[in-house]
Amino acid sequence: MIKVTDLNYIYQQGMPFEKKALSDVSFEIPDGDFVAIIGHTGSGKSTLIQHLNALVRPTSGRIEIDGIDITDPKTDLREIRKKVGLVFQYPEHQLFEESVYKDIAFGPVNMGLSEEKVRERVYEAIGLVGLDETLLEKSPFELSGGQKRRTAIAGVLSMKPKVLILDEPTAGLDPHGRDEILGQLLRLHEQNSGMTIIFVSHSMEDVAKIAKNVLVMNRGRLVMHGSVAEVFARGEELKKIGLDVPQITELTQLLIKDGINIRPDVYTVKFASELLAKMIKETENV
Amino acid sequence: MFKDITIGQYIEGDSFIHKMDARMKILLGMFYIIILFIISTPAAYAAFTLFTALLIIVSKMPFKYIVRGLKPMLYILVFTAVINLFMTQGQTILWVCPFWSALKITQEGLRTAVLMILRLVYLVIGTSILTLTTSPLMLTDGIESLLKPFEIIKLPSHEIAMMMTIAIRFIPTLSEETEKIIKAQTARGADFESGNIFRRAKAMVPLLVPLFISAFRRADDLAVAMDARCYNGGKNRTRMKQMKMTARDAFAAIFMLIFAVVVIAMQKVM
Amino acid sequence: MIDVENLSFSYDDEDSEAKRYVIEGLNLHIEKGSFVAVLGHNGSGKSTLAKHFNGILLPSGGKVYVAGMDTTDEKHIYDIRSTAGMVFQNPDNQIVAAIVEDEIAFAPENLGVAPQDIRKRVDECLRIVHMTEFAKASPSRLSGGQKQRVAIAGVLAMEPDCIILDEATAMLDPQGRRDVMTTIKDLNREKGITVVLITHYMDEAAMADRIVVMEKGKAVMDDVPKKVFSQVDRIKKIGLDVPQVTELLFNLRNLGIDLPQDVITVEECEKILLGKLKGHEK
Repeated sequence: MIKVTDLNYIYQQGMPFEKKALSDVSFEIPDGDFVAIIGHTGSGKSTLIQHLNALVRPTSGRIEIDGIDITDPKTDLREIRKKVGLVFQYPEHQLFEESVYKDIAFGPVNMGLSEEKVRERVYEAIGLVGLDETLLEKSPFELSGGQKRRTAIAGVLSMKPKVLILDEPTAGLDPHGRDEILGQLLRLHEQNSGMTIIFVSHSMEDVAKIAKNVLVMNRGRLVMHGSVAEVFARGEELKKIGLDVPQITELTQLLIKDGINIRPDVYTVKFASELLAKMIKETENV
Repeated sequence: MFKDITIGQYIEGDSFIHKMDARMKILLGMFYIIILFIISTPAAYAAFTLFTALLIIVSKMPFKYIVRGLKPMLYILVFTAVINLFMTQGQTILWVCPFWSALKITQEGLRTAVLMILRLVYLVIGTSILTLTTSPLMLTDGIESLLKPFEIIKLPSHEIAMMMTIAIRFIPTLSEETEKIIKAQTARGADFESGNIFRRAKAMVPLLVPLFISAFRRADDLAVAMDARCYNGGKNRTRMKQMKMTARDAFAAIFMLIFAVVVIAMQKVM
Repeated sequence: MIDVENLSFSYDDEDSEAKRYVIEGLNLHIEKGSFVAVLGHNGSGKSTLAKHFNGILLPSGGKVYVAGMDTTDEKHIYDIRSTAGMVFQNPDNQIVAAIVEDEIAFAPENLGVAPQDIRKRVDECLRIVHMTEFAKASPSRLSGGQKQRVAIAGVLAMEPDCIILDEATAMLDPQGRRDVMTTIKDLNREKGITVVLITHYMDEAAMADRIVVMEKGKAVMDDVPKKVFSQVDRIKKIGLDVPQVTELLFNLRNLGIDLPQDVITVEECEKILLGKLKGHEK
């Protein structure tokens, strides 16, 4: 369980480019949740997730992970970072080892695990991201773009975090690569019911596809926190703060505006197809 | 990482010094340094200090920027002072270490130490004022133009200037990238801060490999982008911003010359 | 504007045994003043194709002509590059200068334009991309979308007839993408500049007059957006997306409801559905 209370962060305090990056952010995320954080660039979402494994220290406020206050200077940060794994944007840019195996093993080796345990972890991690064993001895720089990204994600999963955080995991990928990563995340969540997954995204369509709950950030503040359906039903407000809502959400909103009695929380093509088919057939049968 | 280094940073302004021609500024800057290394008497240094203070005032640069530029120099300053203080041989002995008589401070040593510190401090202040008041482009244009005569001996003046421009442009990009990679590897349990020198050097591998790869990738991309915009070296190239010497530059040069005469006279007389 | 005749390209050596072609036997004619999107997934050959449009890559076989000039003709290489300007993917890796206005001056300086004319071009280009207030700023302080607009201005300063955007929006956030798309649409509509947009985002391609879909080095579809996206199955098989509303209508048709197929905008889709939803008013 993650509990954030009155979190504030001022970037470059006392410098000419001082900026309030987070203001009074409070929320709770229960174990096993699958949460998307959305907001446009500069809304504070990247700063927020870097607080969650103590890479950035808050200016004020509390962050508790399983009851441990990680803002307390006495807390062992290595323990926190084992528990909360963070995958950065374009994580393939941080690959550095001579083989895929060694790169994925970097985290577990740093944790001081035995060679045998490390091996176990590496194999488990590639299984989770769907990488083939034959790639392990290859140089990470020989892989395709999508494989590189999965290697980098495996490099965090091999630390067996209880909470996995990803900053824009689909950035720069084409639709096929994007669906692969999203599908992988969904499977990961299904197979590890205790694992909490948090991901930052620009794409509301990605969010609609996989997340359960959503945090919406705007100008350093948390402006919405609820289930995907609840948040998408407030599409008008989302558009006002400069976010792109999926076409389907836009469509249902237009229909509602024109007096049609349709649920406001329709946000996937599949659901919309079923619902509209039923409604249209009712009309035709009258 | 680079935020305390004022050398190479530029702050917009409209002071007398901002408006000077970059070439004149570079030349006078060199002249300033030469004078700094000629003088050695307290009287000459007093005059030099006054002149430097005048420069700071005329440049309208906030004093704290100048001071901040000295901060990264602190270790070098202390090191230079200590070496000179104890290593200079001399006649008048001020203090001898009670445990090891080879360690002593002489009057000459004290003098050299103070002199060296002043020289280094003024060197940094002088160059900081030059770079703080001159946009990087003007600076590189100035260098290119001043190096032009050396093309006779095959010195690639345009290429040197272009390299400097690109280096200046990429400092913020690469420093941001460095910070990001440090954070990402820290999240994977990397430790950049503890251990002996050998361990620390080894700990840099996860930072340096990605950083170099990215720098090469950027260099590749940039070369293609420059090609696409018809870059062809310095041949037939024009510049939007023309450099022009004005009465202002002549005035500055004359003022500097008078100052040099005064300081050197003080050096001889007092 | 651009003519591609039977183009083939391989990164492998001339005499290497298993020569793999990234582009194979491609023909394409791009009309002056048009707005063409080249849509394809990574590795489809779309970026390789784009780099042939201004002579950064030269054909292994076939010919590419830009405004009638053969790209392999070295005499014309600077004419070709200033006629067909290119904006690249990574906003950080294509900016040369440390100040915005100097960046835009870079290309005209290379072309030997007179100083006072460069000044005029720079001011005009800044105005077109709405970046005048950032003329003296350092590019490192700009957002991704702003950097790409500076890059577009940097290309515009060559006064090109054609601008090629090689996945120029792939690394931007939605706001940045919207701004860049608005800018290039204006360039096309108001200045008559030919735009070739290389992308894997179907929503951007939908804004073009024409979409060329690339797959395995070949142009497999080439039509107006409505017609291209109406082939939902085919597009999905290639690994690309169609607009959500197009997919919705496609699904409804499969469920036996009579609906048109060539719909790509929300407004159009809503109008059609309204007619079908009588009796569901509140």
